[in-house]
Order: sequence, then C-alpha cells, then structure tokens
Amino acid sequence: MTPKAIILTPDEVRRALTRIAHEIIERNKGAEQLALIGVHTRGIPLAARLAQKLSELEGVAVPTGMLDITLYRDDLSEVAQQPIIRETQVPFDLRDRRVVLVDDVLYTGRTVRAALDALIDLGRPAGIQLAVLVDRGHRELPIRADYVGKNLPTAAGEVVKVKVQETDGVDSVELWDLEALR
Amino acid sequence: MNAPVSMGARPRNLLDFQDWTPERLTAILDNADTMLQVLDRPVKKVPALQGLTVCNAFFENSTRTRTSFELAARRMSADVLTFAAGASSVNKGESLRDTLEVLTSYKVDAYIVRHHASGAAHLVAKYSGKPVINAGDGRRAHPTQALLDAYTVRQEFGSLEGKTVAILGDVRHSRVARSNAELLPKLGANVVLCGPATLLPAGLASLPGVTLTTDPREAVRGAHAVMALRLQRERMTGGFLGSLQEYADTYQVNERLMQEAESGAIVLHPGPMNRDLEISGEAADGPRSRILKQVENGQAIRMSVLYHLLVGRE
Repeated sequence: MTPKAIILTPDEVRRALTRIAHEIIERNKGAEQLALIGVHTRGIPLAARLAQKLSELEGVAVPTGMLDITLYRDDLSEVAQQPIIRETQVPFDLRDRRVVLVDDVLYTGRTVRAALDALIDLGRPAGIQLAVLVDRGHRELPIRADYVGKNLPTAAGEVVKVKVQETDGVDSVELWDLEALR
Repeated sequence: MNAPVSMGARPRNLLDFQDWTPERLTAILDNADTMLQVLDRPVKKVPALQGLTVCNAFFENSTRTRTSFELAARRMSADVLTFAAGASSVNKGESLRDTLEVLTSYKVDAYIVRHHASGAAHLVAKYSGKPVINAGDGRRAHPTQALLDAYTVRQEFGSLEGKTVAILGDVRHSRVARSNAELLPKLGANVVLCGPATLLPAGLASLPGVTLTTDPREAVRGAHAVMALRLQRERMTGGFLGSLQEYADTYQVNERLMQEAESGAIVLHPGPMNRDLEISGEAADGPRSRILKQVENGQAIRMSVLYHLLVGRE
C-alpha cells in the first residue's frame, strides 16, 4: 500500500520545525519563561525537537513536558475499548510560564480542547500557544493554531499520517485514503 | 488519540477475577500509575466519568473502603449516591431486590456493593443490570483490596513475576486472602497462606500458585511481602483458637518473624488492625510497613477500576 501523496519529506519536516522555532522566538521575544508540552504520542518528540532548536538559537534551555489527554476526552463513551492512559509529566511549575502546546495534526480541535483542560488542571500558565506540524482543517470547535508547519486542506475521507524518526524511524507527512487503510 | 488495546473480552463487573484476563488486570495496575499522578496534582480530579452516577451500596459497615470508593468516584467526576443499610428501609424489612429497584429508578449507572453475604454482589449485578464492583461480600471476595495489594507489591519490586507473598492469619474468614490467592498467581506471583489449621481451609491448596502451611517461619521464608490478616474476633465463636495470646505468640507478624523474609520484604495489612495481636506495633509502623501506602494506592486502583468498567461501550 502506498499513500496518496507525500506532503512533507524529512527535509521539509526539519525546515517546518525550524521555521516554527523562529516564529516562537519572534512572537515571544526570545525563549525565556517558555515551556514546551507535547501531546501524546507524536507531539512529544516534536516538542523535544523544537526545544532543541530554541536552545540552539537562543542559548536558553526550554523545559519540556508530556501530556496525556485520555481522561479529558469528550468521546470516552464512544470508544469500544479503553485506551491506555499514558504518562503526563510536567516536571516544572507552570506559573508565569508561556506554554507552547505541541501536537502533530490539528483536525477537529477536540484533542486540543482536552489538552487545554488537562493543562489548566496542572497549574495556571501565563499563556498557552499551540504549535502543530499539520493543520488539516475540519474544525468542530473554535480553536486555531499559533504555529503551523503545513496547512493542508483535506477531505473527511482522507487520513493524514505523521511519522517521526523517534517512533517510526522516518520523518514524513503522508496523505492516505481512508478506504485504502481499511 | 491512543490506540485501543486488545485484552480479551471485556467484563461488565468486577465481582471476582474469574472473567478477567491477566492483560486486563495488568492494564488496571498500569492505569493506576496515572491515577496516582492525578492525586498528586493541584486539581485532583479528571472529567472521565462526568455525568455518571455511582451508588455506594454498603449493606455492611465499612469506613475506609466506602470512603476510598467514594473519593475515587468523585475524583473521576462521577456523582455519588451513598446508601448505608443501617440507616435505610432495609431495617424495616425491605428486600435487597426491592432496594435495588428503588436505587435504579434514581438512574444509577453503577453499583459498588459491600455485603455480609457471600454472593450478594452477583445478585446485585443480576437484578440491577448495571456494572457492579464487589467491595467485599461475606467470606468470598474483595477484589479491589487484592488489586491494591498487588499494586503495592509491584510498586515496590517493579514486577510481580516470581515474587512471593505470604498471607498470615485468619484465612478461613478472609475474603482478602481468597481474592489475593486468586489474583496474585494470575499476575505471576506465588502465594503462601498460613494460619492455625482451624483457620486454614485445605481446599485453597488446589488453587494454582498457592501453598498452605501452618508454620509461620516456613511461610515467611523467602517472601517479598508479608501480609497480616485481621483476626476477626467477631467470627471466633466456633472454638477456632485456644487463646488470643497463643495466637499472637505464634502467628503475629513482628520484627522477629520478618527476619526470615527476604531482606527487602515489606509488611502489608488490609486494615483495620488489631495492634499487638496479628501485627506488632513495631512492624505496623516500621520502615518495612507499606500499610498507609496501601490506603493511598487503594484510591488510585479504585479510580482505575471505575474507569475500566464505566468508560467506553461494548
């Protein structure tokens, strides 16, 4: 099986993340008091990479964390099996920090809504921004990303697959037909 | 979104461990790790069970189990209806079935049942048609206590595989011992049950991974965890013991007996304790004791069990 289209190659993923890192610095006038929190699963390595780039560009160590939103999902009554609840780890005080929430794909906005609830239960950050590698549209909630690697208009019957080196052995963004995956 | 995990057919109730695969039981322990994290947060609450109503139906006295379940349900954002039989129409002769029908008409989504009669939780499951968690029925089962015991041992040693848990005392009357004997071997641990012959039902020896002995030193030798059971004095009318002092002299879990166990062995007790009877004050409060840890873990385990039974559809 092959994807319908390769949206981002490894180099393009790297460039997209570098651009997002620059935008984060520009918008926040540096990287002081920032924190990056990745949403399970692929948001976590993306957050780590952005933190690395921020550190290279600004010479500041930006703390990173990981967030699991399972217990905050609004569709728990519809899942057939219980998903595994993964670890939430935010080993720093959120107060007075501007948090950049990082995820791979922005779609309906429901994951981000859940992540905002989960984050706010952990403390009161000075602000929350959202960075995603791909925005594929079809929002069901009034949520938008502050930093987008690639805007990708899609049909509902399409699937966006983000692969990252850390878990998939390769960096890429692919577009698939849902039917082809069934 | 996290991937769903296949772990065998999904049981509707937690009455005992019969229908529960090791994979599902392990998932409960794994998810309890997350629940413990929730309990450490400034906001000790998640919205997973929002909109659901859980009935704490306690037909037998209990403080810690009832409180633990109630808090667990509230931490998951469920509404909790607490029903204490002592202050109910059960005292006026109302049957369990009629009581349940009344409670069900309040739109209860799940029951947590404690009852002095073995099998009562099964009955509630049958009549209510809702998920039921057994919070202790007669001498038969107390599954969430066994899960929190298993969790506490796993927390200490990283795994249950190949670990030995010695359980000493009034095994005959103990639903905790019975549930542990059923659960721990499913998760790879060995269980040694020990007590005076009058309090040690021989039938339990047929359970896989379970051995019986009347010799406490033999029971504790090589054990990673030693659990003292409460001596149920209210059930000791049948001439099971010569004297309490004789029992304490032989079967009490104390520092001297713990010398026989593994060097890092821990002390457990399901509570409430009869200090200086089945357990010495020194052992209960000493560095090996994980008794308060059990209480803390109990809440996380019960949150995890509620999550497993109430979240998602068939």
